[in-house]
Amino acid sequence: MNKLKVFVVLCLISTFAYAGGYRVSTQSNTQLAMGHTGVAVVNNADILFFNPAGIVHLENKLNISAGGFGVFSDVKYQNEEFGTSFETESEVSTPIYLYATYKVSEDFAVGLGIYTPYGSNVTWPTDWAGSHLVNEIDLSAIFIQPTLSYQLFDSVSIGGGPILAIGAVTFNRNASRTLTDEEGVRSNIEIEDSGITAWGWSAGLMFTPDDRFSLGFNYRSLIDIESTEGTATFSNFPNSSLTGIDVDENGSATAGFNATLPLPAELTVGMSYKWDKLLLAFDYNRTLWSEYNSLDLEFSNGATSINPRNYKDASTWRLGAQYEFTEKLTVRGGYYFDESPVQSGFFAPETPRNDSNNYTFGLSYKVNSKLSIDTSFLFVQFKEINESYDFFFDTGATTPAPFAGTYKSSAFIGGLGITYSM
Amino acid sequence: MKNLNIKFIALFLAGTAIIGCDDEFDNAIEDGGVYTSGEADFSKFVTLGNSLTAGFADNALYLSGQLNSYPNIIAGQMQFAGGGEFNQPLVNDNTGGLLAGGVQIRPNRLVLASDGNGTPAGPVVLDATPTTDITNKVTGPLNNFGVPGARVFHLAAPGYGALAGVATGTANPYYARFSSSESSTVIDDAIAANGTFFTLWIGNNDILGYATSGGLGVDNNELNNIDPAAQGDNSITNNNVFARVYQQLVDGLTANGAKGALVNIPDVTSIPFFTTVPSQALSPVDPNFGPQIPLLNQVYGGLNQIFAAFGQPDRQISFSTSAASGLVVRDNDLVDLSQNPSFVGALVPLVQGIGDSFNLTLNTAQATGLAQILAPQFGQIRQATPSDLITFTAATLLGENNQQLLGTLTDAQVPVELARALTANGITFPLGDEFVLDDDEQDRITAAQTAYNATIEAIAIANDLAYVDVRTELSRVATSGISYNGGVLTSTYASGGAFSLDGVHPTARGYAFTANTIIDAINAQYDSTLPKVDIGAYDSIQLSDSAQ
Repeated sequence: MNKLKVFVVLCLISTFAYAGGYRVSTQSNTQLAMGHTGVAVVNNADILFFNPAGIVHLENKLNISAGGFGVFSDVKYQNEEFGTSFETESEVSTPIYLYATYKVSEDFAVGLGIYTPYGSNVTWPTDWAGSHLVNEIDLSAIFIQPTLSYQLFDSVSIGGGPILAIGAVTFNRNASRTLTDEEGVRSNIEIEDSGITAWGWSAGLMFTPDDRFSLGFNYRSLIDIESTEGTATFSNFPNSSLTGIDVDENGSATAGFNATLPLPAELTVGMSYKWDKLLLAFDYNRTLWSEYNSLDLEFSNGATSINPRNYKDASTWRLGAQYEFTEKLTVRGGYYFDESPVQSGFFAPETPRNDSNNYTFGLSYKVNSKLSIDTSFLFVQFKEINESYDFFFDTGATTPAPFAGTYKSSAFIGGLGITYSM
Repeated sequence: MKNLNIKFIALFLAGTAIIGCDDEFDNAIEDGGVYTSGEADFSKFVTLGNSLTAGFADNALYLSGQLNSYPNIIAGQMQFAGGGEFNQPLVNDNTGGLLAGGVQIRPNRLVLASDGNGTPAGPVVLDATPTTDITNKVTGPLNNFGVPGARVFHLAAPGYGALAGVATGTANPYYARFSSSESSTVIDDAIAANGTFFTLWIGNNDILGYATSGGLGVDNNELNNIDPAAQGDNSITNNNVFARVYQQLVDGLTANGAKGALVNIPDVTSIPFFTTVPSQALSPVDPNFGPQIPLLNQVYGGLNQIFAAFGQPDRQISFSTSAASGLVVRDNDLVDLSQNPSFVGALVPLVQGIGDSFNLTLNTAQATGLAQILAPQFGQIRQATPSDLITFTAATLLGENNQQLLGTLTDAQVPVELARALTANGITFPLGDEFVLDDDEQDRITAAQTAYNATIEAIAIANDLAYVDVRTELSRVATSGISYNGGVLTSTYASGGAFSLDGVHPTARGYAFTANTIIDAINAQYDSTLPKVDIGAYDSIQLSDSAQ
C-alpha cells in the first residue's frame, strides 16, 4: 500500500502559474494548487473567474475569496559564440485576486471579481547585450468583472459579465545597439502609460448531469489596451539632427505615443469528477495569441518603432487533483503543460517564454466552518532553448541584426489566500 | 496514519523542489570551463604598440575609445580563459584632447556634424573642455603600453616619456602621462609589467607619417640611414633599424617565457585617409566645374605648349567633357620651370589671353606682373594620374579659392572675378605636394612595409609566436567589405563603420574586428578557444552638432 502511494506521489510529480506570453495564471490559490484547473470545479468563489456559470452552484449564500502571490522569476541568457551572459534582475511581482458571490435565490447568483490575469515584469541589467530590444518591461492589467449566474435547467447553468480592464505599461529600451550621447552614455527610450481602460466580457456554461461529474465552458473576450495618452521619454541622445530626435541641452526629449497591446481572448473547456474525497479535474485552454502581430509604437515626433511579434494561438493542458485528507486538511496537486505563443525567430527577450512544464501543489486548512486558509506553490520549468529575434534593424541598415542566444527561464510562485463563506 | 501522510507530503515537497531548482544552463559560461587557454597563459596580458594599441580614434585619445581598444576587448575575452584584470592609462573624459599644465596641447576628438536638417555635413572638432592633464601622472600597475604617435625606435628611446621633453618635442605627451621615470623607455616599462602573454603592433607610424604628409619626409632606406635616433619626422624608417629594434622589443617581451602575438602592418590604401578623395575628381557633370571646361582647356592648351617648349612635353593638362579628369597638383619631383628666367616671359601671351577671356585688355607690363605672380603656381604642376592617392585633408579645399594667392592677386589690382578664377584649388591652383602620394612615394612605402612585415613574420616564426595578418583582413574590409550581424563593415569614410573620422584610426567597431582577427590568430597558434566579439554591438562614429 505504501509503495503504491509512493508511486502515485512520484507520478504526480513527474507528470504534474505562469503561462506563455504575458498571461499569468494566478487567479486562485486553491485552483493554482490543482494546476490552475477550474472551469468545472466548484470549490469556492474563485469559480467566478474560471466559469461565471458556476457561482450559482456554490452552497453558501455569501462567498468571499481573496489572495495574492509572489512571483519569483528569473531568466538567464548566454551566447557561446561571443561569451556574453546575463541574468534578469526582475522584481518580485504580486498578482492578487478578490471574488465575492451572493446567492439571490436557488437558481440565481451575483458576484464581483477583481483579478490580474495579465502582467509581465522583466528587468535585464541596463545596457546588456539585448538592451536595444528591452532593458525593462512592466505590464499590468487589473480586471473588474461584475457577474450574473442563472440555473437554466437542472443540469445546466449559465453566467457571464462585462469586464473593465485597467492597464499600465512601462517599457524601456536603448535607442539602438550603439547610439550614445557625446559622453558615451547609451541613448534610451522609455514609454509609460497608466490608467488605460478598456472593456471586454466573460461568459460560461456549466453542465452537471450528476453529483460527481461536471463539464465547464468559458470564453473571455479579447481586450485591446490602446495607449494614447502616455509619455515617451528620449534620453541621452546626441545633439544631432541625424538622429531625428530634437533634444534639449541635456540630450532629452519627450513625446506622446500610440500603441496597442492585445490581451487575447481565452477559451477554456474542462471537466471534473468527484469520487468520495478525491476530485480530479482537467482543463484545456486555447489562448488566441495570434491577435498579437506586432508591437507598433508611433511617436508624436514622427519616430516609429515597429516590432513584429507574430504570436500564434497557444494551448495549455491542465490536470489537477484534490484530496480531503481530514476534515480540516485538503491537499492538492497538479500539472500543466503550457505551450508558448512565441514562434521561432520571434523570440524577443521582453517575454522570453518557451514551452514549459508546470508543477503545482498546495494545502487548504479549515480554521472553522466558515474560514479556510489556502496556500499554493508552482514550479515552472522551461527547457533550455536556443532562439533568436530576427527582426531588429540598425538605423538605415538593410540587413537585420538577429539577437540570438540560449535562454533558460525559471519561475517559482507561492501564494496565500483565504476563503470565507456563510 | 497522520504521520505517514506528512511523510508523503515531505516526499512530494522534496521531489518538486528538485524539479523547481533546475534553472542553470547545461554549459554555463558563468561557471567557466567553456573556453580554454590551450598552451597559452592569459593570466597577465600586456600590450605594446602605438595609437592603435592605445585605442586612439577620431584624432584623439578619449575614454570610450580606450575602453574599446583592441587590447581591452581581447582582455575581456581572455577573462573567460584565465585572464586577469587589464589596466589602461585611461584619460578622464570622452572629449579627448590633452592639457599640459592647463594649456591644451592636443585637440578634442572629431564628431560627425549635420546640416541641422538630417543630412551629414562632415567632421568637426567636438566643443567641450578637455580635463586630462599630462602632468597628472597615471599611477598603479598598467597592462596597455600603447603610445599614440610612437614609431618602432621610440619604444626603446630613453626619455620618450619625459614631461620636460614634451614642450620641446623630444618626448611624447601620451607616454609622459604614465612613464615610470623621465628617462624610462616604453619597452622597459612593458617588460617590468611581467606579462604571461603579450601583443606587439608597431611599425605603422614608421611609414604612415611619410604617407599622410604626402611624402614630404625622407626615405631612410634610400639614404641608408641606420641611426635610430636620427630618422627624422614624416620619414620612412630604415628597414634595418626597424628589424633591429623590433627584435629587441620581442626579446624583451619574451625574456620571461611569455607567449604572444605579433601584428603586421596594413596597407595605406586600406584607410579612408587615402581613398576618400579621388584623384580623378573633376567631373564634367558637376555644375560648378563642367561649364568651365572649354576655357580651362584653352588656357591649359597654351600652357601645355609652353611646357613642351621648355622640354617637358609629358606635362599635358586637359579636362575631358565625357569623363572625370585628374586634379591639377604640384609635384616636387618635377623640374620647377619657374626657376627658368624665361618662363615668365613665355607666360605673358598666355596671361593676356586669359585677360581677353575676362574682357580685360592687359598691356605688357600688367601681363608681365601677373605672369610673375603666376609663374611659381604653374612651374611644377601636372595632372593627377589614377594611381595618385589624394589625402583626406584635401577634401575641404577642392574647388575653394587659395586665400593666400587670392590676397596677392587682389592686392595687385587684379579684378576679383579673374582672381577667383585663377585660384581654384586643384583646378587652377595646384594641390600642394603634401596632399598627393604619387607612384614613387607609394613604392617607397610599399617597399618598407613589405620589409617590415617580412621581419615581423620571421621573428614570429623564430619565436613560436602568433603572426597576425591584419594587412590581409583590413584590405578585405577596404575591397569587398566584411559582413557581420546587421551590416557590412567597409572602409568608406564615416558610413563604412570601420574607420573613425580621422580617416586613419579604426572606430570601436573596427577595433572589435581587429580584436577578432587577433583572437583568431591566437587561437590558431596556441589551441585556445577564446570567443570572438559581436562587432555589431560596437559603436562606429559619434554624431554631434556641438562643434567648436
